[in-house]
Amino acid sequence: MNMLRRTALILPPYLWLLMLFLVPFLIVFKISLSDIELAIPPYTPTYDPEKGIWDLLSQLDFENFIFLSEDSLYFKAYLSSLKIAIISTFLTLLVGFPIAWAMARAADHWRPTLMMLVILPFWTSFLIRVYAWKGILSQEGYLNQMLMNIGLISDPLVILNTNIAVYIGIVYTYLPFMVLPIYATLEKLDESLNEAAVDLGCTRTSAFWLVTLPLSKPGVIAGCFLVFIPALGEFVIPELLGGSNTLMIGKVLYQEFFSNRDWPVASAVAVILLLILIIPIILFQKNQEKQEAGQ
Amino acid sequence: MRRMSWFNVTSLTFGLAFLYLPMLLLIIYSFNESRLVTVWAGFSTKWYGELFQNEAFLDAALVTLKVGFFSATVATVLGTMAAWILVRGGKFFGRTLFSGMIYAPLVMPEVITGLSLLLLFIAIGMDRGVMTIVLAHTTFSMCYVSVVVSSRLVAFDKSMEEAALDLGCTPASAFFLVTLPLIAPAVLSGWLLAFTLSLDDLVIASFAAGPSSTTLPIKIFSSVRLGVTPEINALSTIMISIVAIGVITASLVTKQAIARAKRDEQKAIQDG
Repeated sequence: MNMLRRTALILPPYLWLLMLFLVPFLIVFKISLSDIELAIPPYTPTYDPEKGIWDLLSQLDFENFIFLSEDSLYFKAYLSSLKIAIISTFLTLLVGFPIAWAMARAADHWRPTLMMLVILPFWTSFLIRVYAWKGILSQEGYLNQMLMNIGLISDPLVILNTNIAVYIGIVYTYLPFMVLPIYATLEKLDESLNEAAVDLGCTRTSAFWLVTLPLSKPGVIAGCFLVFIPALGEFVIPELLGGSNTLMIGKVLYQEFFSNRDWPVASAVAVILLLILIIPIILFQKNQEKQEAGQ
Repeated sequence: MRRMSWFNVTSLTFGLAFLYLPMLLLIIYSFNESRLVTVWAGFSTKWYGELFQNEAFLDAALVTLKVGFFSATVATVLGTMAAWILVRGGKFFGRTLFSGMIYAPLVMPEVITGLSLLLLFIAIGMDRGVMTIVLAHTTFSMCYVSVVVSSRLVAFDKSMEEAALDLGCTPASAFFLVTLPLIAPAVLSGWLLAFTLSLDDLVIASFAAGPSSTTLPIKIFSSVRLGVTPEINALSTIMISIVAIGVITASLVTKQAIARAKRDEQKAIQDG
């Protein structure tokens, strides 16, 4: 292939990503080491060509990170994001696995339809799907109306603006991400393995725990990461469904930037969130590679 | 045919009910007469009328469509190029960095992408508006396009391109005459994905948007923060219907296309 032509193909997407993905990151990193200033942009130092790059570097320090480690709010926010992401990933697995299982056991001509029914909500606006729960979970919402009408409760339950609402929101919006990878592994599963286990004296239940579940592990792991990673930095769900005491790091970053206008601290929060995410992302990559190698 | 156990039927029924009931309630209550959204007071379409008189929403919808169209188009061109480089490009300087930059935005939290782009726009002194939202959306959706297109490129036989080259095509015409028609469905679904992602995005847009340019999700977000309103229910119903009709039509069309291709193939075998 012609060298010039190849370079012409490579350069536009390469330069685009360098300029609009990598450089912005370096800027975030730099600002996280800067000091807040009440000017625009609200941080110093800014790059001054006359003084040169070394002058800029010498003014950077880790003050914002020390500030983050000293103020317990941020530490709590990281911990609470982790907690919320872990619990809701587990709940999504509990809800999603039976659905994927039933889809894989459905008749062949039903599967494409079921698959589309699971994917369809994913194409609808995320914001609208989260918003829909506001009307359901509020004090005078549909859920409380229903429960009170059938006489199950006498006083409305407080669900909206609590962490429970955040869990429901995450499970609801990320369910397709859990169901599809699990379905993909369960569908390929050879059913005769299960029958062999039963023939050899396993009960149906123990055949599930000993044969099906270990074999569906790659799908389960992929699904869990696909829910956990975006849930950790989630902003919309805690903002709309959570309460004022729902601490999540995405929300803290947003407030730090827009309400407090503290750009250096917002950038430092972003850098740490990224560092926390790198581990699950690498593990996810490893899992995917193993799966591909297995095929 | 395998019989479904009661357990499987129940979990499917509950699962699908869980997925669809919230949206169904939204749709039903958008036709509610009362402003109190949770109390049914009779059928009415008045909220749709009010929605279409609300110019702020109409303007925001127009901005959103514009951003979606431009960012999806640029993202499809760039993403297809990137996919081609990743699958067929061989080794080149900085290949690892390149594929890293393609995959990283897929897992990046939106708040970080948004923040970093905003800080870039400020650093280079760019006024925020429609243009900056298009740039931001193009950047993350080109990565999705390239993943979709490269999975198609991996699947099809390279020898077809090589045959075209052997038969005297220039590389460019081999791409447009052979490769592009073969990957066209993936390119099209990449465009649709990019368009949907752009219409849907709230967080990155709210970082990249200036005070004068508001997209529909930003507008919706600022009004639903306060609570549930019947106008938003009406707007949601319209958006859900458009997506449902679009996705169902697209899947029926591809189903038909596959069936036709199969028929043609069989006919060719019989005729031959």
